[in-house]
Amino acid sequence: MYSQGLIGADSRTGESEEFLEAFQKRIDAEEKIEPKDAMPEGYRRTLIRQIGQHAHSEIVGMLPEGNWITRAPSLKRKAALLAKVQDEGGHGLYLYAAAETLGVSREQMTEELHSGRAKYSSIFNYPTLSWADIGAIGWLVDGAAIMNQIPLCRCSFGPYARAMIRICKEESFHQRQGYEIMLTLCRGTPEQKEMAQDALNRFWWPALMMFGPHDKDSAHSEQSMKWKIKRFSNDQLRQKFIDATVPQAEYLGLSVPDPDLRWDPELNDGKGGYRHGEIDWDEFWRVVKGDGVMNRDRIAARRKAWEEGAWVREAALAHAEKRKAAMAAAE
Amino acid sequence: MKDENLFNALIELADDHSILCHRLGEWCGHAPILEEDLALTNMALDLIGTARNLYTYAAEIEGRGRSEDDLAYLRNERQFRNLLMVERPNGDFAHTMLRQLFFAAFMEPYWQAALESRDETLRGIAGKALKEMGYHIRHAGEWVIRLGDGTEESAERMQAAMEALHIYVDELFHSSPAAEAAAKAGLLPERGALRTAWLENITPILAEARLELPEAPNPQIGGRAGLHGEDLGHILCEMQYLQRSHPGATW
Repeated sequence: MYSQGLIGADSRTGESEEFLEAFQKRIDAEEKIEPKDAMPEGYRRTLIRQIGQHAHSEIVGMLPEGNWITRAPSLKRKAALLAKVQDEGGHGLYLYAAAETLGVSREQMTEELHSGRAKYSSIFNYPTLSWADIGAIGWLVDGAAIMNQIPLCRCSFGPYARAMIRICKEESFHQRQGYEIMLTLCRGTPEQKEMAQDALNRFWWPALMMFGPHDKDSAHSEQSMKWKIKRFSNDQLRQKFIDATVPQAEYLGLSVPDPDLRWDPELNDGKGGYRHGEIDWDEFWRVVKGDGVMNRDRIAARRKAWEEGAWVREAALAHAEKRKAAMAAAE
Repeated sequence: MKDENLFNALIELADDHSILCHRLGEWCGHAPILEEDLALTNMALDLIGTARNLYTYAAEIEGRGRSEDDLAYLRNERQFRNLLMVERPNGDFAHTMLRQLFFAAFMEPYWQAALESRDETLRGIAGKALKEMGYHIRHAGEWVIRLGDGTEESAERMQAAMEALHIYVDELFHSSPAAEAAAKAGLLPERGALRTAWLENITPILAEARLELPEAPNPQIGGRAGLHGEDLGHILCEMQYLQRSHPGATW
């Protein structure tokens, strides 16, 4: 999800050459940058944007999966899905907290999500149409997220890197769980296998798009790589994901919906890898810019929860004030 | 079957937990603050854990090779035995929290008493659930207080929740013939005996929340006889849809 975190990022920065050089030295020495350290404004802004969008992705990502909680096909699956969606909420909470160390509030970030100024991963603008989609999301979407996030564990910004370590552990559990759902479906009835194939057909390309535009079209990547916010390019990570995932699809007995997919022994410095067909970037930008099937519904759902919860938050504040006043009076 | 009364009494309890879990699950991703998305899911997870233990044990008592999922997913509305309270729609956050408090304030002394059961499996289930219900009382109770004694609007909403839900309280203390037989056999607690303990849990919270429990001269009772409101059928349609449309499939 998280290369897309850089979409809309503004890494321009106005500090002196001297300051920037000293900062770069720390980065190059693999020192972690901590919240109270001096940092270029562009670095701070880029991170706020990326971590905020990462957090939003976790929160919006609760919706497509939450869509199947009440229809999960067994008690065991229902419990696992509840726990998974809860984990995503927990990741959101961590990440908001990490972004807050950079001087932005959760309310501000929430407002940006609701107004459409902040983005979240395009993948969550696709609907979950069958139970197999819950498997496919775990396998492909969490799988792609892990590819992006493992390098983020070494991100130059300390709080983000540390949050990623825990998040990656949980994501890799989710990924195995998703794959296991797919495996169960593929070993089940013909209808179940068809459900699994259909989910792969619908989620394969959007999962590849999660890594963001091709390197040549990725406007903000270069500065982020230099600052070690990002460690690998979009295309490198996408390639790693494809190479890891195609054999997994084969093991399931499913076909990857790309007629141009083929093994190329020359790829990856002669170690071999899969060449893939053309990604539909028109679709990608359409969805990023707000015209995917579910964009409007996702934001509407988040706003509805927020607006309908306003009286609850107000009451909690009012009660806390009353309690504080009562305690002060008692002293 | 080894003990038909125990089987039926376990099904009643399991259905309570499974249906309430289902309702809390509906909140996931839609709560007023992110922390509550996590807390509501936590409580839902506790409930489904207990439901699974109870269905599994019921299936074992029945001894006909049915699984927890057969019991949860392949019975219809009239065969469900849950309390009417747990199937009520979530309503607003005030409704959900008050319902949770009412339920947990009963189940906590229930599981406490079940620690004395003659049945070892039930003692085990009770020990785990007891701690969880203590947390549910605290969490829901704190919200009932905050909302009851928060703003004018929240107090009104809390009052509305009380008016809507208090008519389902009495059913907590009723026993079906099966539950009564299980209580007589020393397997499960006597529900009617827990009214005082329930009130002890509720009263300080309601006082702090500036709420009163109204009298309910005509309480709503019927879940244990499979006589539900219209909501349960819709819950089951959603919950059972995959199991029903793919008979015999493994998930």
